[in-house]
Amino acid sequence: MENTILKIENFNVYYDTNHVIKNVSLAFEKNKITAIMGPSGCGKTTLLRAINRMHEFTPHARTEGNIILNEKETSVNIMDLDAIEVRRKIGMVFQRPNPFPTMSIYDNVIAGYKLNGIKLDKTKEEETVSKSLKKAALWEEVKDSLHKKGTFLSGGQQQRLCIARALAMQPEILLLDEPTSALDPIATQFIEELFTELKKDVTMIMVTHNMSQAARISNNTAFLYLGDMVEYGKTKIMFTTPIDKRTEEYLIGKIG
Amino acid sequence: MAETFKYRRFKDKAFQGAVVAIALVSMLPLFLIIFYISKTGISAINWDFLTQLPKPTGELGGGISNAIVGTLIMISIAALMSIPLAILIGIYLAEYKESKFAGIGRYCLDVLQGVPSIVIGIIVYILLVKPLGGYNALAGSFALAMMMLPVVAKATEETLKLIPHSLKEASIALGVPYYKTILKVIVPTGMNGIITGIILGIARIAGETAPLLFTAFGSPFMSVKITAPMNALPLLIFNYAASPYEDWHNIAWGASFVLLVLVLILNLIAKLIASKWKIQF
Repeated sequence: MENTILKIENFNVYYDTNHVIKNVSLAFEKNKITAIMGPSGCGKTTLLRAINRMHEFTPHARTEGNIILNEKETSVNIMDLDAIEVRRKIGMVFQRPNPFPTMSIYDNVIAGYKLNGIKLDKTKEEETVSKSLKKAALWEEVKDSLHKKGTFLSGGQQQRLCIARALAMQPEILLLDEPTSALDPIATQFIEELFTELKKDVTMIMVTHNMSQAARISNNTAFLYLGDMVEYGKTKIMFTTPIDKRTEEYLIGKIG
Repeated sequence: MAETFKYRRFKDKAFQGAVVAIALVSMLPLFLIIFYISKTGISAINWDFLTQLPKPTGELGGGISNAIVGTLIMISIAALMSIPLAILIGIYLAEYKESKFAGIGRYCLDVLQGVPSIVIGIIVYILLVKPLGGYNALAGSFALAMMMLPVVAKATEETLKLIPHSLKEASIALGVPYYKTILKVIVPTGMNGIITGIILGIARIAGETAPLLFTAFGSPFMSVKITAPMNALPLLIFNYAASPYEDWHNIAWGASFVLLVLVLILNLIAKLIASKWKIQF
């Protein structure tokens, strides 16, 4: 694939002796949305969490293999980097909106800097907040209430606040872990449109068990089944002419 | 048919009545205490009572200023000693709830909370009074700190356990190191519960007498030196109530009233913080 930003090579994840990701290799295209889908328990969230090394907080989880991040000049194995540095390059948005309840909308957006003790001057800080909120299509709704608590927003707004918070760190990749599964259809549609818009700034890797969502917004799709990478390719092609029998069975609802 | 419904409704009402009655009975002792202490104690209260030193036997009047100051000093030192440690213990217990060592720690806190206060007094006597060569306020504070520690640690643990895991993940995913996540996200989010625990802990030790008997001992003078004996409200009540003098009894009642008001106010503040300062997830 041309223009690869992240490459997973012969990657395995174990929980104790339980082998949950089995020798997966995948390459993600820059400025595209890649969906990882599969039935519950297939390991898709596990794989996603390994990409910014969140798996390190799961007891007894261990990985084998490489995840190579291609930056402008160099490429590095994220397993060799400091986990904190990895997470600043690769942001994450979770299933349920999780704004910090003690902080205002403004402070939530800038939280990545504040909590890390990174000092920004006032104008730079305000600029980062407004830019991130605009990118997350939340600016118009909250520009007059930036100093209210983020938890007063609706679910969909909270999720966009969390997206703005992740974008503020200017990540190269955004990991989305079923980002709309806790939202109503209207908020979901809004956020899907937002992701399509965001492609020009950031590469997105999205876990979903909503097939139609993968079909609607992703460019490429990977199908995981019981820890195996069954099929990977252009979403359009996979949804119309799947190669593997298991992919077909999943798409028509026979397994899953 | 109608009869059975009537009977059921009667049973329902009777049960409801019984529950309300029992709830009232549980409130009765508190109201009796407040009523009796207010009745006998409030007459002793006036400005002199709060600002003057105790008078020698035989002289009328005199106040309890040294006991009020002593109580405040010893509680403050006890709080300074126990709160940081208790919060750290609470964080550890909440963060490593699965670990075996945390289980042992939790059990030890339960036992510590159950140790009779007089025993804590004796232990601190051996630890801090004998080696220092005499009764002193520092030992009293230390004994009170030991009593406060489990209250605050358990309150911290319980509060932090209720904070959703997703908040920690949100912070970690922003590249915030683990310890900063705990100190800057998790602890501030649980601050209302921790502060409630601290206030309840202070209310708990404010009236403790036994741990002070062998440590701070009491003093008829105004003393702010923590290496010397110091008076405290419960000590004063203990000494004066056991005396044969009528006017000392009155002072003991007055001091009881002051102590009771202090504890009630602290409990009220704790309740207010717990209900008003709610964090919405």
